[in-house]
Amino acid sequence: MTTRTMPTPIMDRPAMLDDFLTRAALAGTGVAIATGPLGSFVVWRRMAYFGDATAHAAILGVAMALALDLPVALGTTLVALAMAGTVAALAGKGWAMDTTLGVLAHSALAFGLVAVSYLHGVRADLTAWLFGDILAVSRGDLAFIWGGALAVAASLAWRWQALLTATLNEDLAHAAGINPARERLVLTLALALVVAVAIKVVGALLIAALLLIPAAAARTLARTPEGMALGATGVGALATLGGLALSIRQDTPAGPSIVAAAAVIFALLLAVSSLRRR
Amino acid sequence: MSGLPGGGMRLIEASGLSVRMGGGEVLSGVDFRIDAGEIVTVLGPNGSGKSTLLRALMGIVPLSAGRVVRAPGLRLGYVPQRLAIDRNLPLTVRRFLSLPVRVSDAQALAALERTGISSALAARQLHDLSGGQLQRVLLARALLGDPQILVLDEATQGLDQPGEASFYRLIEDIRATTGAGVLMVSHDLHVVMAASDRVVCLNGHVCCEGTPRVVSTAPEYRALFGLGTQGALALYRHDHDHDHDHDHAHDADTPHDHAHHAHADHGQARDA
Repeated sequence: MTTRTMPTPIMDRPAMLDDFLTRAALAGTGVAIATGPLGSFVVWRRMAYFGDATAHAAILGVAMALALDLPVALGTTLVALAMAGTVAALAGKGWAMDTTLGVLAHSALAFGLVAVSYLHGVRADLTAWLFGDILAVSRGDLAFIWGGALAVAASLAWRWQALLTATLNEDLAHAAGINPARERLVLTLALALVVAVAIKVVGALLIAALLLIPAAAARTLARTPEGMALGATGVGALATLGGLALSIRQDTPAGPSIVAAAAVIFALLLAVSSLRRR
Repeated sequence: MSGLPGGGMRLIEASGLSVRMGGGEVLSGVDFRIDAGEIVTVLGPNGSGKSTLLRALMGIVPLSAGRVVRAPGLRLGYVPQRLAIDRNLPLTVRRFLSLPVRVSDAQALAALERTGISSALAARQLHDLSGGQLQRVLLARALLGDPQILVLDEATQGLDQPGEASFYRLIEDIRATTGAGVLMVSHDLHVVMAASDRVVCLNGHVCCEGTPRVVSTAPEYRALFGLGTQGALALYRHDHDHDHDHDHAHDADTPHDHAHHAHADHGQARDA
């Protein structure tokens, strides 16, 4: 994987960040700050396929960025944005969404893989883009991940009440002077940015899993939307640490290990909540 | 409706309102107005454009012709037809009342009490409520914005008849104490008829309009609702007789109501 290091002032080089495992853990928890609340909206608004389509399109963005010698983060953000915008526009026109999104999600991935095959030297790195390469996160990557994740979390927090109202019922939002289309746009932009931020951590194929599974796990115990969003961030961070531990001990791929850890947490919480209900 | 707090102020006025949807004209040339302190019910068969009219008046759907004027800064409380709550969204009654504007616990409890909801339900999940409880919670939320106009879209759907009747009594009571205008849509005839000052009969256009008494005898109304009309009318009259005891009790609180009922019974309609 190509590593581009951002210029970092010498002063700001804590020795702690020299350890690749620390950087990996920080990258994963940083992503979780954004995927917790955003993933909750993905669950509430049934946008799972939307997330998939946007994430898969990022592979095309990687290919384009490498071909044009642009920063990869820029390529993935732009293409994810274009895909999210296309899907949002189609959704507004009342298309049968699961079929349309299925077509878009898989063709974006296919075109991306075909495009990558034209680039020499990238093919070997393909698994890194598909499944993530969290153990190779650089200081520059870390700055981008945390910057992007905090931007997403801050914009969701800023629009929180309006987003929730529009999610609950669009007419209710309208009557209160909230424009649901604008709130949809906020989520669309956030999704594109999260894809660009998370591709290094879990890869294009598993970003949607990182949005869905922690949110679904947090749902089992949550009583309020805020509880679920914060819980999802907690589960995401925990899954990162668990997945990394598994990956180091057993030499398993880190991205899939993180998602597997999230799934185990989901199963455990599901069991706990059904025991409680008895 | 003089004598009501804030009575008489024009809240929403539409002239020549038309809406097109999917190539067809759903509403054409509708003139409409509602003032503060007035209960207006839009009545019509399924597909007559009732909900679309509400949405057009609230500015949710674009007009293809005509215009809608809302009072500047109009505070609108909307109670939707139904609220489909995704089970994946955890939401307590208390939290729901703080959407979209956060309110204090005291305000939330007062609103619940106003709509006859036990404060014990505040911690309950929205999707665990019964239909009647949910409608009252929706109403409580709408009231928290101190609305000048309440808009209710078939708000009693899924309620049984006693539930429906007590819901409309609550609406009348709120109108009496706050002076808000109330705009309702319905296709159930008799309860609505008894609770309204003015009824607008809609079928893509305004068929007829006036006090419940006048509308229920209008030939356009009978044509629209067909054979069932006689029965509904009988029920309407029957209800009026039957509820007399209650009406008296109610009138003690709200003297103007008595005037209104007498008005309707004498068949003196402003719009006749």
